[in-house]
Amino acid sequence: MGLKNNLHKLKLKYKGTKMAPAFNAIHTFLYLPDETTHNGTHIKAADDLKRTMNTVIMAMVPCLLFGMFNAGYQHNLQVGEIQAVTVGFFSPEFWALDNFMIGFWKIIPLVIVSYGVGLGIEFLFAVIKGHEVEEGYLVTGMLVPLIVPVDIPLWMLAVAVVFGVVIGKEVFGGTGMNILNPALTIRAFLFFAYPTWMSGDKVWVEGAVERTNEIAAGANLDAISGETILGTLAQGKAVTHSVADMFLGFIPGSVGETSTLLIVLGGLFLVFAKIGSWRIMLSSCVGAIVMGLIFNGVVSSGWITETSKFYGLMSTEFWHHLLIGGFAFGTVFMATDPVTASQTNKGKWIYGFLIGFLSIMIRVFNPAYPEGVMLAILLMNVFAPTIDHYVVQGNVKKRMKRLKAKVA
Amino acid sequence: MSNDIRIKKGLDIKLIGEADKTVEQAIISNYYTIRPEDFHGVIPKLVAKEGTSVKAGDTLFFDKSQESVMFASPVSGKVIEVQRGPKRRIDAIKIEADKSQVYADLAAFDLNSATAESVKAHLLASGCWPFVKQRPYDVIANPNKPPKAIFISGYASAPLAADLDFTLKGKEAELQAAVTALGKLTEGAVHISVGTSSSPLAGLTGVTTHKVSGPHPSGNVGTLINKVNPVNKGEVVWTVNAQDLVIIGELLLTGKFNAERIVALVGSSVEKPRYFKTIIGSEISTLIYDKGVSKGGNDRVISGNVLSGKQIKPDGNLDYYSNVVSVIPEGDDYELFGWNKPVFNKISTSRAMTFSWLSKSKKYDLNTNTNGEHRAFVTTGVYEEVFPLDIYPMQILKACMYKDLDEMEALGMYEVAPEDFALTEFVCVSKQPHQKIIREGLDLMLKEIG
Repeated sequence: MGLKNNLHKLKLKYKGTKMAPAFNAIHTFLYLPDETTHNGTHIKAADDLKRTMNTVIMAMVPCLLFGMFNAGYQHNLQVGEIQAVTVGFFSPEFWALDNFMIGFWKIIPLVIVSYGVGLGIEFLFAVIKGHEVEEGYLVTGMLVPLIVPVDIPLWMLAVAVVFGVVIGKEVFGGTGMNILNPALTIRAFLFFAYPTWMSGDKVWVEGAVERTNEIAAGANLDAISGETILGTLAQGKAVTHSVADMFLGFIPGSVGETSTLLIVLGGLFLVFAKIGSWRIMLSSCVGAIVMGLIFNGVVSSGWITETSKFYGLMSTEFWHHLLIGGFAFGTVFMATDPVTASQTNKGKWIYGFLIGFLSIMIRVFNPAYPEGVMLAILLMNVFAPTIDHYVVQGNVKKRMKRLKAKVA
Repeated sequence: MSNDIRIKKGLDIKLIGEADKTVEQAIISNYYTIRPEDFHGVIPKLVAKEGTSVKAGDTLFFDKSQESVMFASPVSGKVIEVQRGPKRRIDAIKIEADKSQVYADLAAFDLNSATAESVKAHLLASGCWPFVKQRPYDVIANPNKPPKAIFISGYASAPLAADLDFTLKGKEAELQAAVTALGKLTEGAVHISVGTSSSPLAGLTGVTTHKVSGPHPSGNVGTLINKVNPVNKGEVVWTVNAQDLVIIGELLLTGKFNAERIVALVGSSVEKPRYFKTIIGSEISTLIYDKGVSKGGNDRVISGNVLSGKQIKPDGNLDYYSNVVSVIPEGDDYELFGWNKPVFNKISTSRAMTFSWLSKSKKYDLNTNTNGEHRAFVTTGVYEEVFPLDIYPMQILKACMYKDLDEMEALGMYEVAPEDFALTEFVCVSKQPHQKIIREGLDLMLKEIG
């Protein structure tokens, strides 16, 4: 094992120098380190943070691949190259190499920018602060390309990643210390800084913005417009996509959020691996369903009329809310981030429920941008410590009561 | 109310190298060493200076802050060396044993007419008191503060633990004498947990027995306390290891301080794991070099179990409280892509490409590799699955780390000992040293609150 020995020698060489964290990050990526336990438990379980993070990434890979096909599919569909899918999930119209290549060349740069910029900052901070490079960004870096519109300019993404990693995480002390989900901080930054690139009907299909510019410059072409289902509903228009399309994911939207089927499979994998919290996923769905039912009830009891601007989204059947927009993706991959979620099991139920509940509420009532998952999760990230505080207080009170019973 | 205790949260760690149920007389050790660090928080004041001849049961030193607590020599012989560390701290007292053992005559004790005071005085003077520990703080019991109850675990659930049903067999008389004496020291009950009804402890009278079942830490005394009568602020409970009851019992019945103990030699590096009859403080080499561990092997010798024991050198000594010596391979080697490849030969509570969930009864050969680097706390809900106490483990650990005494107290710090956090430390994805964090937290509380 020449490589192993050479790397070990290099490790000893770098030990104590500024560059040690950077070298160790690459070294431990190749080899599980030779570190042994000291007093305390002499043996340790097999899991470490790298393995945990890697499992989450594995759960997202199907969404990423689907996103690549879907980016090309939506583009080709709009420009009239191909027909809409007809025969379910395995339609050949969708799983075509043409589609994939368009998406591949569009999305791989997003992934590279996300990881390149984000990990660059992580390495920089690790070297400056002299701690090991932490694994948190491995998941964030994969989440980011999946939650942005496919046409987002790369420089915007880079700026947002810098903001999200530095302000969202490093200023708090790095992985494990942050209050807000870094990936959502990045997305929120994009959303508030460059709203025209994050909403409307021009950003969700590859090439739409470019085509609009060409038309404005006098080219004789058909406009490409791809609106998300939520956008359509918010404007009170009829949705042209079938429920099956929504579930399988043949709809416009952020790169990785469209296929509820693959997200559910990823979620089940995470629950099975005991990495993702089923409590949060389940309670979040329950919360969304409750809110959806309330809105359906408002509509069916005739409290609002069809002319109301909320009618379109309020009358959406409650369970459709689970299939459209970023709800499923947010619930499975972002609300469950253990650092920013509630940390107690009881707290997770409350936290998840409120995320689902608020997501649908914001989705319906936000006039400018008909999606609420991002804001609901960020809001609950802020409240998670408070929820935990009250859950833990329950345990503390029990102890106090026991003491009082003794004294009395 | 049933006295049975069944826990569901926990983890049985099944390892290769369980001891055969045969007892051998260990080779008589020439030298015995007592290390004051075995007694947490004790500042020793030496009585037997270098060159003194002592009998088994004679006082070696006492505790400066609690002068009535005497520490006895396990053997008769001559104190040949007092090893000192920085600031003249006593690190170890080395005794060269006599060829034939002489016991200090402490006289048999009449239990029937004994009072709490006389029992206490006898145990203190004879050197048996250090076997009695207390919670809060997991230190030797303060003899001046009577406990609300006394807890003894008669069921060892830790990985490769010595089977107490086997090692205590035939010692019923000593056990009974010891628990009768201890019963006089508390107004409450003496609670004993047993794994099976055939345990030598199951038939004792004057005690409350609890049958415990479920995965480790069902046999930890901390679990028993938490389920039966948790410690509140201002209260004290005492705990005694079941094997030490034998020494206390023999002292009461015969007047001899006989530090003999049956010890299991276990672990995957041991050629023939089995039980030995040996004496506290004896050299480990007397156990491990005959059909034990191959010389020059890259192994770790632990006095105690693999979760909470102390690492010792192969020429080290059996510590004061352990009845297990574990030897496992060191894991100081790299593993290519060890962090992402599927893992079949290590234990995990997750299923993140780890497959120990497939075969529940498989025994593993684990080494001392940490399987990853130290990180901040990230994952949640993992500790709760292996932690049966009604306490929030991560929250209390964090309270210890930022040294918030009020919060530590509120979250239940009076109830815990480091060993209660051994399993959470084992499964910790961030590889945090939980037992050390708890120990330092307890020390801080002891110092600040007392």
